[in-house]
Amino acid sequence: MKRGLRAQLVHAGQMLVGMPSYDAYLAHMRDHHPGEAVMSYREFFNDRQAARFGGGGRGGFRCC
Amino acid sequence: MGGILKQHGPWAILAVLGALSLAVLAAGNGEPVNALWIVAAAVSIHLIAFRYYSRYLAGRVFGLNRNRETPAHRRNDGLDYVPTNRYVLFGHHFAAIAGAGPLVGPVLAAQMGYLPGMLWILFGVVLAGAVQDFIILFISMRRDGRSLGELIRMELGATAGVIALFGAFMIMVIILAVLALIVVRALAESPWGLFTVAATMPLAVVMGIYGRFIRPGRIGEMSAIGLVGLVLAIVYGQSVAASPVWGPIFTLTPVQLCWILIAYGGIASILPVWLLLAPRDYLSTFLKIGAILALAIGILIMQPTLQMPAVSRFVDGSGPVWSGSLFPFLFITIACGAVSGFHALIASGTTPKLIDNEMDAPLIGYGAMLMESFVAIIALIGASIIDPGVYFTMNSPAAVIGTTAESAAAAVTNLGFPIDSATITRTAQEVGELTIISRTGGAPTLAVAMAEIFSHMIGGAAMKAFWYHFAILFEALFILTAVDAGTRAGRFMLQDLIGLAVPSFRDTATLAPGLIATALCVAAWGFFLYQGVTDPLGGVNTLWPLFGISNQMLAAVALILGTVVLFRMKKHRFAWTTILPASWLVLCTLTAGWQKVASADPRVGFLSHAKLYSEKLAAGEVMAPAKSIEEMARIVFNDRIDAALCMLFMTVVIAMVFFGIKACWRAYLSDGVTTQEVHAGPDQGETVVLAS
Repeated sequence: MKRGLRAQLVHAGQMLVGMPSYDAYLAHMRDHHPGEAVMSYREFFNDRQAARFGGGGRGGFRCC
Repeated sequence: MGGILKQHGPWAILAVLGALSLAVLAAGNGEPVNALWIVAAAVSIHLIAFRYYSRYLAGRVFGLNRNRETPAHRRNDGLDYVPTNRYVLFGHHFAAIAGAGPLVGPVLAAQMGYLPGMLWILFGVVLAGAVQDFIILFISMRRDGRSLGELIRMELGATAGVIALFGAFMIMVIILAVLALIVVRALAESPWGLFTVAATMPLAVVMGIYGRFIRPGRIGEMSAIGLVGLVLAIVYGQSVAASPVWGPIFTLTPVQLCWILIAYGGIASILPVWLLLAPRDYLSTFLKIGAILALAIGILIMQPTLQMPAVSRFVDGSGPVWSGSLFPFLFITIACGAVSGFHALIASGTTPKLIDNEMDAPLIGYGAMLMESFVAIIALIGASIIDPGVYFTMNSPAAVIGTTAESAAAAVTNLGFPIDSATITRTAQEVGELTIISRTGGAPTLAVAMAEIFSHMIGGAAMKAFWYHFAILFEALFILTAVDAGTRAGRFMLQDLIGLAVPSFRDTATLAPGLIATALCVAAWGFFLYQGVTDPLGGVNTLWPLFGISNQMLAAVALILGTVVLFRMKKHRFAWTTILPASWLVLCTLTAGWQKVASADPRVGFLSHAKLYSEKLAAGEVMAPAKSIEEMARIVFNDRIDAALCMLFMTVVIAMVFFGIKACWRAYLSDGVTTQEVHAGPDQGETVVLAS
């Protein structure tokens, strides 16, 4: 699970804007749902963006 | 003995440093005090509170358990539920809770001097704000990351849930109105500022298209493009503002801007998120974090002296920026940074679904709020290091100080803060604005302070105008993002609420309910925005207290929920940790609410203000600043709406106190634990609810 410092920093930066780690998603799919279809990074990005900002009004709103 | 010394010794030294800093600040007696004393006091109090109080809450009160599975592990799906490094999650949570609020409230509160605001920010966050964020995060984390509304329904019952949902929607409306008002006040009659902010829209669209089609998902590259564009927009904004053709196009009155913002809110909130909202959110988040860091470093380098008195004479309630005495209005004016109910919505949002281990919760729940409090302290320092004469010139409404440099200089000097008209004109020129008189709302004041601090680090006096517009842009950017995202969230809340009566309204797949709810939501905040923009006292005086009352009301609701959960966990002997701050907030909101409704002083009370104008109206007279009988009638109408809203907020608080006490009493009488935590079931992945 040790990842490079650079990768960690990129991950931290992306989490500031609520974009989770694609690597973690791939690892999860590999470990728990082997054989199932996996989203490409592009699909993953679009899916997470929609979930954050459009997800039933639950995500994405910022505090005052 | 040696062990104790080793363990607590450094903290004792820190405590002494904190006490010393407070003593220097409080006993300054007219001597100039360095702003670093405030930083020292804040850092020591924050660290000590984090080391001792958050650990006490985590261990003794909540009983966090490092071996207990968190929702991120139990329901790990690689998407919504993902175990996340605690420092990464701290950043995520902090970026979501810190917005314009902690920057604006302390600036407005500075009219009473820096000391009252500072004390409330520091003690408020330790005993109320951070406790609230932490306990809601804890409660949600133990219940699969459910939202505040669901948690209240689970622990306090369905009726309380509906009341809280309704309260949350009204808060959203007021927040959006007051945030939009700040943008209007900052950009009106400011072609340079308006051009740069307007330029962010095509810029965001370019970023959005780049990140969706050209280089999908490259957030870093998108943001770099955006940042370059922003700097260019600020640089060329000066020429645009000076241009005889373009200058007038970007010079708009507050009312024109108000309509533009209302139209913007309606359109932006139905566009696809990837086109405008998301890319601009990336840009504003990185800019926000960067600007806050730069500001903190700048203060450490510059080591400015505080110009504002420790306690000004306006603690009696006669201040021009906002009316009302120290108690309760200071505690309403500074909400974010001390305690902010809105955080309860964030702490029960995405964050609890990402926690890797329960022991990470204090850093994220309690720690991130301490960080926001530090941001508020920085804003307070900013407002206190500029010339108080400039501060009051910028923050007093035109009805008090007039509209020319001469009238403003005379009026502000008369308030007890000497300034000459040449200083006012020069300050406006330095920051590249037409005027600085009555630039209320806090954002322009903070921008002047940021320009002061940044130009000290980079560029000197020549860069002041650039930094001023950078600061305005940075504030406007995340306020516009909040308006857009908030309208979306408000729309879904409204659909939920109307859905209680008309179930088909909840359907998010069909177009009509969404459009109707969006229109209603925009109309609701647009109404208050228009009222604020046309308000003779600048609008801040009316809307900011309403915002503060509603935000503190939500905080009280969240803390009541926390109290109920502690009682149901049979931990009532620790319930003072939430009862104490909840009682204080209930006291403040009810007192402030009552004074806003019923105070005999027309500067404070909505109804006495309405009475004053309706009597004149009945006599057929027109009273300044109204210019016609219609305007007179509108002022009276607005006052009554505001009073009704205030009473509504008070009713919500009282109802929630009632439900809270009832639930606590029942839990107290019951023999065992009655809380509804979600545990891992016998077969992995299933969850069961502990019997209630």
